[in-house]
Amino acid sequence: MSDDGIRLLGPDGKRVAHPTYSGDADPGELRALYRDMALARRLDTEGVTLQRQGELALWPSLLGQEAAQVGSVRALREGDRVFPSYREHAVALARGVDPLALFRLFRGVDHGAWDPDAHDVHLYTLVIGSQTLHATGYAHGLTKDGSDAAVIAYFGDGATSQGDVAEAFNFAAVYDAPIVFFCQNNQFAISEPNERQTRVPLHQRAQGFGFPGVRVDGNDVLAVRAVTRAALEHVRSGAGPFLIEAYTYRMGAHTTSDDPTRYRDAAEVERWRAKDPLLRLDRLLRAEHAADDAFFAEVEAEGEALAARIREGVRGMPAPRAEELFDHVYAEENSLVERERAEFAAYQAAFEEV
Amino acid sequence: MTATRMTLVAALNASLRTALADDPKTLVMGEDVGRLGGVFRVTDGLQKDFGEGRVIDTPLAESGIVGTAIGLALRGYRPVVEIQFDGFVFPAYDQIVTQLAKMHARSRGLVRLPVVVRIPYGGGIGAVEHHSESPEALFAHVAGLRVMSPSTPSDAYWMLQQAIRSDDPVIFFEPKRRYYDKGEVDTTQPAAPAHTARVVRPGADLTLAAYGPTVATCLQAAEVAAAEDGRALEVVDLRSISPIDFAAVEESVRRTGRLVVVHEAPVFFGAGAEIAAHVTERCFYRLEAPVLRVGGYHSPYPPSRLEDEYLPGLDRVLDAVERALAH
Ligand SMILES: Cc1ncc(C[n+]2csc(CCOP(=O)(O)OP(=O)(O)O)c2C)c(N)n1
Repeated sequence: MSDDGIRLLGPDGKRVAHPTYSGDADPGELRALYRDMALARRLDTEGVTLQRQGELALWPSLLGQEAAQVGSVRALREGDRVFPSYREHAVALARGVDPLALFRLFRGVDHGAWDPDAHDVHLYTLVIGSQTLHATGYAHGLTKDGSDAAVIAYFGDGATSQGDVAEAFNFAAVYDAPIVFFCQNNQFAISEPNERQTRVPLHQRAQGFGFPGVRVDGNDVLAVRAVTRAALEHVRSGAGPFLIEAYTYRMGAHTTSDDPTRYRDAAEVERWRAKDPLLRLDRLLRAEHAADDAFFAEVEAEGEALAARIREGVRGMPAPRAEELFDHVYAEENSLVERERAEFAAYQAAFEEV
Repeated sequence: MTATRMTLVAALNASLRTALADDPKTLVMGEDVGRLGGVFRVTDGLQKDFGEGRVIDTPLAESGIVGTAIGLALRGYRPVVEIQFDGFVFPAYDQIVTQLAKMHARSRGLVRLPVVVRIPYGGGIGAVEHHSESPEALFAHVAGLRVMSPSTPSDAYWMLQQAIRSDDPVIFFEPKRRYYDKGEVDTTQPAAPAHTARVVRPGADLTLAAYGPTVATCLQAAEVAAAEDGRALEVVDLRSISPIDFAAVEESVRRTGRLVVVHEAPVFFGAGAEIAAHVTERCFYRLEAPVLRVGGYHSPYPPSRLEDEYLPGLDRVLDAVERALAH
């Protein structure tokens, strides 16, 4: 096993045998995985571009993490619940969340207000680590209800330093919550490398809490899918939580506000570029004659159509109305909010008169 | 004259640099403060010049940052910690409220915790959720903490010096929207003590009281009111939010008879409420109009496309001024 973790598909596009996990997939499945990753990458490129053009406040790029996200989300069953952090665009897309909902958040039109029940994808969480506790509580609720659904919680390597994450691990372990903790170790928390967050490989953290953890090559979509499937089976069986450390790399900046040249060198980025998740599946598809040029052209065209839809959707996004400030602060009527709403309306009306 | 023109960020950087050079016990710690120099570059170059032992990139854990800063202070250090954004101080709120604020009183004065918690705060920068909040009242409400916010590069330099030298814990709110505003900083000429307010523009008709990012808004309002209506508005920069220099506010209000308090934080239970109550108690017969407050609403800080409506901008300040003067 390489340091990159469990691997079924090497960077050269060649299959790697593993005693426990299998990368079996029919050609259709392989193509579907490729398509998911390619569309996510195209969406992501559009996010960066639109931010550069001033259309978005910010964009956190997922570049390089496509396999970690697609492999894991495609291991889920319908009804399993996803708790993302803020970079899981491939997960959201694969689950059917309207991509424009992601862009509304990063354009500053709303705070990312898609319906969590519609696709079993909870809202993005920007406060590092918080969602791991929500995911744990949700999973515990599933147990109490006798449901056979499971939960997957996404978070980063930096997040593992937060107290909330340790508390989530422990609660989940104590109550055998059906949850897969899915850590995308993309090597950085903004500028801080792994060495500033941990002394042990992150997957080993689980052991201290009494549940299993493994490292998987996060750029190998087949391995991620196989490992996540097995982990979900484990948690569903009532055996308690499971930690997956998907070993990957953040190829882009932390967000469009960040300048990674200040803290990492180009050679390291190039080393990881050679492990590109799409490239290796592309090689496999071609080597196994599972896809032809027409397929790749089709996916590319689909990506362009998605990008065009996003571009148009973002540019044409209606600005929120000022009165929305006072909407939904509480579920029930609240006299303070209503008074402020009325005062605000009167103030605005006074302006319109002059 | 040794004054230099610099941005508020550069002034903070210079102040930290001075503190690190003057006292080997001063430490800077936080997320990304080392190699990166902080997401706003306030700590730019400090790790290179003072080393990893003095400028510490911490694990990503705010409770841990403040909690360990408390431990370092117990051991004689003077940690200056950075919280990356206002909305991310809350994992540390427990340490700040239950430990940092109370240790001195609880030990009957035996234990001092000279910890500075720097927090870039406030809105107006088009940011996403949790990056634009003004939680100062949540800290001012806690006995044992000093809470302050500079509005100019000079104050940024000197108030941070004073905060670091203070034997009390200080929550130091930096107006991030003004980070790149420039002003004169004279590093040889100490400014007034941080707990005192300052009249930054004299006037006889009405007092505008503000701190941090809204001082500039008030100065602008005073400018417009003078030019358009010939009104002389006095602007008081409170500088310190806990304690509040009530004497200075009272002195001003006794002359003008009118007071409008402006802050980005929600007005409900905000600093303005405290000031209004105090002034009403102490200057009731000198008031010509009710004390008015302009600030955020009782609603979570909105998505950035709505922040201009939420924030107390020039128009809303002038509207309040007009209402106060109508009495
Ligand atoms: C509680 C909290 N503190 C600080 C931040 C600022 N911040 C945003 S992302 C980030 C780094 C996160 O790193 P990691 O968990 O590894 O996830 P990644 O962004 O690499 O996907 C930090 C410090 C935050 N969002 N929340």
